[in-house]
Amino acid sequence: MTEIIQYVSIFIMKTPKKLQDKVIIANPNDNVATARAEIDAGIVLSRDEGDDITTREKIPFGHKIALKGIIEGKPVFKYGQRIGVAMSNIKPGDLVHVHNLSGERGRSK
Amino acid sequence: MKHSFLGYKRDDGTVGVRNHVLILPTTVCASHVAKRISEEVPGTISLPHEHGCAQKGADYEQTKRVLVGIARNPNVAAVLLVGLGCETIGAPETAAEIASSQKPLKTLIIQESGGTNKSIQKGAKIAKEMLDYASKLEREQVGLESLVVGTQCGGSDACSGISGNPSSGRAADLVVDSGGTVILAETTEMIGAEHLLAKRAASDWVAQQIVNLVHRVEDRAKALGVDMRGANPAPGNIAGGITTLEEKSLGAIVKAGMSTVNEVVEYGEKPTKKGLVIMDSPGQDTASIAAELASGAQILTFTTGRGSPVGSPIAPVIKIATNTPLFSKMTDNMDINAGTIIDGDETPQEVGQRIFDLILEVASGKLTKSEILGHREFSIDRLSPFF
Repeated sequence: MTEIIQYVSIFIMKTPKKLQDKVIIANPNDNVATARAEIDAGIVLSRDEGDDITTREKIPFGHKIALKGIIEGKPVFKYGQRIGVAMSNIKPGDLVHVHNLSGERGRSK
Repeated sequence: MKHSFLGYKRDDGTVGVRNHVLILPTTVCASHVAKRISEEVPGTISLPHEHGCAQKGADYEQTKRVLVGIARNPNVAAVLLVGLGCETIGAPETAAEIASSQKPLKTLIIQESGGTNKSIQKGAKIAKEMLDYASKLEREQVGLESLVVGTQCGGSDACSGISGNPSSGRAADLVVDSGGTVILAETTEMIGAEHLLAKRAASDWVAQQIVNLVHRVEDRAKALGVDMRGANPAPGNIAGGITTLEEKSLGAIVKAGMSTVNEVVEYGEKPTKKGLVIMDSPGQDTASIAAELASGAQILTFTTGRGSPVGSPIAPVIKIATNTPLFSKMTDNMDINAGTIIDGDETPQEVGQRIFDLILEVASGKLTKSEILGHREFSIDRLSPFF
């Protein structure tokens, strides 16, 4: 939990240098990141550890991009916490939003 | 004392950061007369509302608790209660619950005062005397143990949980560290994050209360057959990049900081403990703010990503933009830009310090943007229909 409040100061520094211009990763365990500005489709986000991510579609400001592949039915993590499950297979570089991510709380059934 | 501000010491030991004369109708039927009295005496504030009659049970208790709490709020120097005479929440019994605050308090009953015109004349005379009294009060230096800060987020976007709320949380932690009280409300926006709050509870009992509070809201929605998604996250939240209620909640709860949760109170109930306190309220901002005022909050922080102009009738609201485009677009409304965090120019610690410094300035009298613009939105949450 502490990481949530501290991560911007600490984790912006920890976010791999080439990535940090474009996105904020709230927690090292997250499989999505938040776009710091609109990112066009086809932009290569280089990661220090090698495996680059290419945006597969436009990511609007503040929206989420998949950092890893997420299989349908598997959880999506932000802030190091579960924010819902994938409704379809998500590939790295995909926009993650209401079309492919569903919350598990506040449902009528 | 390490940190202090200049406030109005009240006779019951509380401290106001504002010095309002409040013309408070106890029922919708007295709202027009209360509003007209206030118009006759500029400098006073009226609080017209739609409640106060034909309410039963918990709903009646809740409305009355809010009206009494707002009248007792230390930002209010004196109160004129206006009743009709035949309503459920009558002026005399409401006055009886306000009386122990020891502030100047009068009641005016329209049916006993000869109707609208005579009530306005009579009320204006009382309001003038109250305004004269309040104008003679002076601010004195006090410590932060007298301060209660209510936290809010409204019109959230995906930046709220990254910039605005962690900054607001940092300021909240500084208030708590200085001996003050911080209220976290908006129970709907704790759904999916309650386990993190429960972990920080002062006792097992408080932890259980937090979980129960959140489940109560979920059960209420289920009983009504309502799927909360659609209302929460709201369409604007989704357009701003928030996808799920859990995501919104995880971003929302950090606005009140990382302190130990010392107590859980009902909507509009006054905390008995200092430090961080959780108060039940809906996510709807104006109804949540009203309850925080009734709980004794003298100042509110309010983060917004989409751009909410909402203020409050008796307490300054500090508006914190979560992103720089919003801050530029709605400069009139925004007191602080936390978008600098998204831009990479500042940390939540730095923005949080700016918010804390502003809280102290505002507590000592500096007006916020929402006060200057005259934003005084007000509503009370309802638990059941009129009968």
